[in-house]
Amino acid sequence: MVRVDGTSSGESLIQIRGLEKNYSRAGEEIHVLQGLNLDVGKGEFVAFMGPSGSGKTTLLNLLGGLDTPSRGSITVAGDEITHMSAGKLTQWRARHVGFIFQMYNLLPVLTAFQNVELPLLLTKLSKSERKQHVDIALEIVGLANRSNHYPRQLSGGQEQRVAIARAIVADPTFLLCDEPTGDLDRKAADEILDLLTRLCKEHGKTILMVSHDPLAADRAGAVLHLNKGALVEAQGVGGPA
Amino acid sequence: MKYLHFLRVNLFRKKIRTGLTIGSFAIAMLLFGLLVIVRLAFNQGVEVAGADRLIVMNRITFIEPLPISYMDRIAAMPGVKAVTHATWFGGTYQDPKNFFPQFAVDPESWHLMYPEYLVGDDQWKAFLGDRQAAIAGAGIAKQYGWKIGDRIPIEGTIFPGNWEFNLVGIYTGATPKDDVTQFWFHYDYLNETLKQAGGRSWVDHPGWYVVKLDNPDDAANIVKKIDQTFANSDYETKTDTEQAFAENFAKQVGNIAFILEAVGAVVFFTLLLVTGNTMATSVRERTAEWAILKALGFSDRFLLFFVLAESISIALIGGLLGIGLAKLSTAWGSPAPSVLPLFYLPADQMLVGVGVALAVGVVAGLLPALSASRLKVVDALRRV
Amino acid sequence: MPIPIIYNVRSVRARWTSSIVAVLGIAGTVGVLLAMLAMADGFRHTLVASGSPSNALIMRAGSNTEMVGAVMLDQVQIIQSAPGAARGPDGPLVSPEVVVIAPMPLKDTGTDANGQVRGVSAKALEVRPFVHIVAGRYFTPGLDEVIVGKNAEASYAGLDLGSTVHISGVNWKVVGIFDAGGSSFDSEIWCDATLLDQAYNRPSSAFQSVTVRLPSPDDFPKFKDALTSDPRLTVSVDREQDYYAKQSEALTRFITIMGSFVAIVMGIGAVFGALNTMYSAVSERSREVATLRALGFSGSSVVLSFVFEALFIAFVGGVVGCLFVIPLNKYTVGTLNWQTFSHVSFSFQLTPTLFIVGICFSLFMGLIGGVPPAIRAARLPIAAALREM
Repeated sequence: MVRVDGTSSGESLIQIRGLEKNYSRAGEEIHVLQGLNLDVGKGEFVAFMGPSGSGKTTLLNLLGGLDTPSRGSITVAGDEITHMSAGKLTQWRARHVGFIFQMYNLLPVLTAFQNVELPLLLTKLSKSERKQHVDIALEIVGLANRSNHYPRQLSGGQEQRVAIARAIVADPTFLLCDEPTGDLDRKAADEILDLLTRLCKEHGKTILMVSHDPLAADRAGAVLHLNKGALVEAQGVGGPA
Repeated sequence: MKYLHFLRVNLFRKKIRTGLTIGSFAIAMLLFGLLVIVRLAFNQGVEVAGADRLIVMNRITFIEPLPISYMDRIAAMPGVKAVTHATWFGGTYQDPKNFFPQFAVDPESWHLMYPEYLVGDDQWKAFLGDRQAAIAGAGIAKQYGWKIGDRIPIEGTIFPGNWEFNLVGIYTGATPKDDVTQFWFHYDYLNETLKQAGGRSWVDHPGWYVVKLDNPDDAANIVKKIDQTFANSDYETKTDTEQAFAENFAKQVGNIAFILEAVGAVVFFTLLLVTGNTMATSVRERTAEWAILKALGFSDRFLLFFVLAESISIALIGGLLGIGLAKLSTAWGSPAPSVLPLFYLPADQMLVGVGVALAVGVVAGLLPALSASRLKVVDALRRV
Repeated sequence: MPIPIIYNVRSVRARWTSSIVAVLGIAGTVGVLLAMLAMADGFRHTLVASGSPSNALIMRAGSNTEMVGAVMLDQVQIIQSAPGAARGPDGPLVSPEVVVIAPMPLKDTGTDANGQVRGVSAKALEVRPFVHIVAGRYFTPGLDEVIVGKNAEASYAGLDLGSTVHISGVNWKVVGIFDAGGSSFDSEIWCDATLLDQAYNRPSSAFQSVTVRLPSPDDFPKFKDALTSDPRLTVSVDREQDYYAKQSEALTRFITIMGSFVAIVMGIGAVFGALNTMYSAVSERSREVATLRALGFSGSSVVLSFVFEALFIAFVGGVVGCLFVIPLNKYTVGTLNWQTFSHVSFSFQLTPTLFIVGICFSLFMGLIGGVPPAIRAARLPIAAALREM
């Protein structure tokens, strides 16, 4: 269930109320987000769309705890993150968020396996336990046979799949994707979207995605448009896709 | 630790650059080690000066001698354990450039005075039994290829003429710091030869006395007593602890030591710059990667320590390499024994060297580490 | 077609921190090299300047320094009557001299150094025309007076004009200061030879050396033959300059070798620094290089461009290094000359030749530091570099 009117339903996994984000640039105050509300239930696949500069990435950054809002509140799984200290926010992020960026996802000096393992180094798991989780994640994205390859030896689509494996390996509360298919050709983009859909439908992952790609929007359960700093419904809002 | 692999692959992502930086470090630490070696060689006398020994020389100038009668008079003083004398011979071997310290000594008392010089018992006996015998230090024996049984001709300069000696022994030092470039022979041989030649001022007049004290704390008192005893005589004395005497010499070459230290400072400053620049460049190149790590949940402090760890690793590897090379260079002894009688690098100085390397590593890596830790993810990943 | 130089200058300016690091690395190396060479040169110059080409130094046969020899009065008289010496208003320019060491307290450490004291005759200035009294007057023979060289006055405490100095049980009054043209005599204290002998309990007929002024340097061989073939004399006769050159050999050689070694080691480090800078220059500018190549500039023009840039940085480094050492010029240093066992002051000697050596060395380092990265730049695959974002 996805709502943008700010009416609380109480069980939403992610709840945003009155979110505002302002920047000062060359003496001017720019209001990127103005009074934004959002409710996202567990297991939903939401796409955010909108013109360049509309604030999609800003919203994503705020949801991921990479930035703090000027006003308003963000609550994830019961935790109110807007007033957390930087240190606590970092820990929260490690536990709850899986990031997938458009580019520069993987560290070039590490193999696919080691890249996926990275988030687990922040946990107290033993080496063998980490290996178990990484193997499963790579299995899910279909790259178990490439675990010892370096990013430069993988295609763009394969790199992005490894990034997805890394995003899910620590079993985060939700995934945040910023233009995940932006840098890929059509075929690779479709593979990624298939994977994301599978993650949502078969594994029950909650996914929030920003994208320009209308075909990406088709896969989502709900599509929201960012306009003048607030969210507007497009389709599928208020009920399952 | 689980991050060790990550550290290693990051360090060697650009092998040539890391290699060159480690190389610069190694070079600088090699230089550091060599400067320490030279400084120790210059200060050699000071390091080994006996705390319980005094040097008694002619007050006017140490190139003038003292009467032999002083020996018994000094020995009789309370607090004096033993006395010996020595005379600087100042000759050259085969070529005027080949010069090393030659002393005419009183064998028995000399041997007791300097227990740090080790001679085989049979060699010592042979020395005592032959008035023309000589004992040479292992350093010059090696430099000139002398073997026991050789006849060594020395061209006298202060005491002119061709003097010949039978090499019956070679002495070594108890520690690497001891001077092994000396050449000892019998004072009697010198004295009797002078008497027969009819020389005047040096007959029965050795160059200086060495006094061993019962108690090192007595030094100041006995120094005063000796000088007072011979004040107002024809041969007034100036007594000093062996250490003060050696320090005096070291101070005269003092300015050169200062220059060496200035060179060392220049080297370090340059090294700091080179390493700092390498670290800064390397950190800058990886801005996006730091951002990813932060997004994944690695803390600011983690990044700070990680970058510092890279810098320290380079410093440590380079430092150990450089100090190791410096130590290796001492394996063949001194390349110029007449100027640098010693050539060694003690363990404590090696540790200092490694410590300095680490310090440079920390300082050079600090600013880049801070910039990595303070990086804002949103800025770094902002799309153009 | 060569790549325009302005490209390099602008690039260096744009990456100024890395460039400055390379510059300073080279500057430091050149500076140290020049300082060492200037020190060695200065030391040698001091001692060589101590000798006049027209003078002969006579010592007892077999002595290698003045101090250890002894020339008795009867031998001095034979030398004085020997033909060949230049003649002055008071007779042949022959100066018998006594040379000893006295402990003199150093101004900067307070401890004693081996000061060299020379007992001379009234003819000493005539025999050494490059020595001039610059303050006070010459000492009066027969009186307990001394004159001191300008370096001696600067290095040792208590040698100001008018003060009293205690040497060997006698109180001597400092009545003059002399300038000996930067030679080792500037570090000496001069007094009456006979009185010095007395103070040191030596017979007044004993001298350490005799210095004779000849009418011209060409008269030396004949003069030497005349003395050495005389059966009454057992002396060694050297040109004064040769004697002093030999005195400085060991220390000069040591400083030169050590200085060169330090400079070479530092040079290797500086080359590493330059290589690092140039390699990162190449990798940061790979796209620009690819663009230039795509535009039609040849591979060799790329190499030349980078090599030129490295040489430019190195040249600046060399100049900066030279500037660093200029304040050292004429800086006075004192040390113990092992061969004569006496304390001697000398000053750093910077000459144009030295600067040229420094610049050449820096260019050499720049070449080594510039060629390998330049070759790599030229070999970058164009298409791949252009695709790289």
